[in-house]
Amino acid sequence: MKLTTTIMASTALTALAGAAAAEDMAMEMTFVSWGGAYQASQVKAYIEPYLELNPGLTVIYDESSAEATAKMRAMSEAGNVTWDVVDAVISDTIRMCDEGLIMEIDHDAQLAKGDDGSLPTEDWDGQLVSDCYIPLIVYSTTFGYRTDLVGDTAPTSVCAIFDTDAYPGKRALQKRPIDNLEWALYCDGVAKDEIYDVLSTDEGVDRALDKLATIKDDVVWWTAGAETPQLLADGEVVFGSTFNGRLFSAIAEQNQPISMLWDMQSYDLDGLVIPADLPADRLARALDFVKFATDTKRQADQAAYISYGPARKSSAPLVGKHKELGIEMAPHMPTDPANATNVHTYDYEWWADNRDDMNARFEAWLAK
Amino acid sequence: MSDASATQNGPVLAADGTPLKRSLARALRRQKMRALMLIAPLLLFILVSFILPIGDMLYRSVDNKIVQNILPRTVVALADWDSTSGELPSEAVYTALAADMKEAAAAKEHTKVGVRLNYEKPGVASAFRKAGRRAKKFDLEAGGPWKEAFLKIDKKWGDTEVWRTIQTYSPPVTAGYFLNAVDMRVGVDGAEMRPERERIYMALLKRTLWMSLLITGSCILLAYPVAWLLANLPMRSANMLMILVLLPFWTSLLVRTSAWKILLQQQGVINDLLVWVGLVPDDARLQIINNQFGTIVAMTHILLPFMILPMYSVMQTINPSYLRAAKSLGATNWTAFWRVYFPQTVPGIGAGSILVFILAIGYYITPALVGGTKGTFISNQIAFHISTSLNWGLAAALGAILLVVVLVLYWAYDKIVGIDNVKLG
Repeated sequence: MKLTTTIMASTALTALAGAAAAEDMAMEMTFVSWGGAYQASQVKAYIEPYLELNPGLTVIYDESSAEATAKMRAMSEAGNVTWDVVDAVISDTIRMCDEGLIMEIDHDAQLAKGDDGSLPTEDWDGQLVSDCYIPLIVYSTTFGYRTDLVGDTAPTSVCAIFDTDAYPGKRALQKRPIDNLEWALYCDGVAKDEIYDVLSTDEGVDRALDKLATIKDDVVWWTAGAETPQLLADGEVVFGSTFNGRLFSAIAEQNQPISMLWDMQSYDLDGLVIPADLPADRLARALDFVKFATDTKRQADQAAYISYGPARKSSAPLVGKHKELGIEMAPHMPTDPANATNVHTYDYEWWADNRDDMNARFEAWLAK
Repeated sequence: MSDASATQNGPVLAADGTPLKRSLARALRRQKMRALMLIAPLLLFILVSFILPIGDMLYRSVDNKIVQNILPRTVVALADWDSTSGELPSEAVYTALAADMKEAAAAKEHTKVGVRLNYEKPGVASAFRKAGRRAKKFDLEAGGPWKEAFLKIDKKWGDTEVWRTIQTYSPPVTAGYFLNAVDMRVGVDGAEMRPERERIYMALLKRTLWMSLLITGSCILLAYPVAWLLANLPMRSANMLMILVLLPFWTSLLVRTSAWKILLQQQGVINDLLVWVGLVPDDARLQIINNQFGTIVAMTHILLPFMILPMYSVMQTINPSYLRAAKSLGATNWTAFWRVYFPQTVPGIGAGSILVFILAIGYYITPALVGGTKGTFISNQIAFHISTSLNWGLAAALGAILLVVVLVLYWAYDKIVGIDNVKLG
């Protein structure tokens, strides 16, 4: 009895103190991300510094970004959104924005200018593909290969994936149509800028699937990002596609005999979103936090913990060494000029329109 | 005489003068009410936390109010349009659309209906997204002509197929999700099969049922001797064995599935062993994972306790003297087992089979991880539509079909074996 009263009294006190200190900003914030090394990099790069600036603030961590769209919709329908800031990939962002689940952002008015004085819309030029999206990083889905299993000539082109004569053995591909269809068409001789025109026709999809069929028996299909590093480490596959940060940790942190194949790496975007219709105090907190987390310095800081490129142009010169390993991070970034000689940027809008259709075609093809 | 016949034919009265029949009925009713009150909390809990949410989810499989709600004027204007004429709707329809769009864009709802219709016709979502962006600035009085304006925004607004989709999905209730779930669609003249290359769900459903049956079968074969040992060993060893059965049961599903990956993959423990012994050449290692075999092995292992436990509890109650009696009457070991022991274990097999089969039918994590392309279940597609594509209507339709299939199988089981023959312990 006495204990409960004490607890209640102290909670009330902290709540009061908090409200007085931060002028109508909520003193609790739920931050949702992907867990693992990525979320750890976010905690170190901007959540801990932000907590230092805002004593008394409590951050609640959630690792549900993989199911963000479904959970956001469920919470919104129940009328009880408990999340404040959510980390989401661009395809999910477009969908949530379409559904009205997340709020639209006025980038120039609500976010920080670059350190070089550039407006956010200029600093993130070409990446603001959704009105609700606050860019954080550029990552890529690309291939790693076993250096000891590819023979004397190391592969330099993504089309080595389709060349089972020169590189026998299994390949790990993600079990989804995105990227795989594009790589297949590219290696079937379609020019890079015509890929989506070709894919927009039934024959084009057939053509891509036929190309994939040439290696169907040699493919191990993965669904979780951790699978490819494991398959490569066990020598189960010769090539494997996955997110470049996963390959970086296998190569740099675990010293596996793996090398990167950056050719036709598929750029993808990941950033923050804020749920729609938050109460005023929580909204103020969320906006204050994302402004801090996405400024030039913080975006560069995150790159010291994980090999994902900062989305801001003004952050690129600030990218330094890995905080724990002490290696230069720039050469491991997907955006590094040496790695970005031949890049595939996937068409978010096209996939937003066609994802379900392509998934049906792809699944039917897989089951054949 | 007349008095006596009156008492005989009239109603029997209770002590307080009311007819005994009524009085008895009242007492019984009171008793029933009391029983009902006792279970009321549980009943309410199940209703609120189980039946209502499932009902709500299942209703989504036919619910289609969204189109009417967001595009009310367009739906009315479009009603008279003949989709087979090959001509675009009239300017009146486009004007109605402009008014609807302006309103919807202000409420940020235009993309919702775009996403809904995109499930039926890919490309509609971006047409709505683009039109909505402009619609905020539409001047309904002075603007127009709207047909031209929309065609300029996106050429998809000049595609009769897009308009046919809007018209087809105007009513507040739709069979579209269910048709989609059985690989059909609404064509120009009613429901038709989808083209071969887009058919997946029926094949997946068949595969799910067939593989669940195989898994149930292999569980029976493996569990029977284990349960028999458990029931017949001396207490000490039986307890030890029971712990071995339960230990994996308490281990995380993901850990067990990952362990199977390490065992079964081509560079895995089993293949390494076979190569080392010389049974398999190094360059032709067995493919025993990422296919149906992998799914069956991993799921049999994971579901085995659900078969062992009911079998064990039934076998424990079988009196060993029956077997001895059979043998003393001249039966061989086999006859004694088959004619006397086995029939008594059928309720345990039945209970275990129902448990395992129904659990197997809804599995999706294990098939996704070890099933490769041919060992995945329909639940994997349901999970995809719930969490990735957000097509909850289709997910609900697939779930409803799965539910009906399970209920039908349960009914058939009741008819053939009899549900009274099922014993969980």
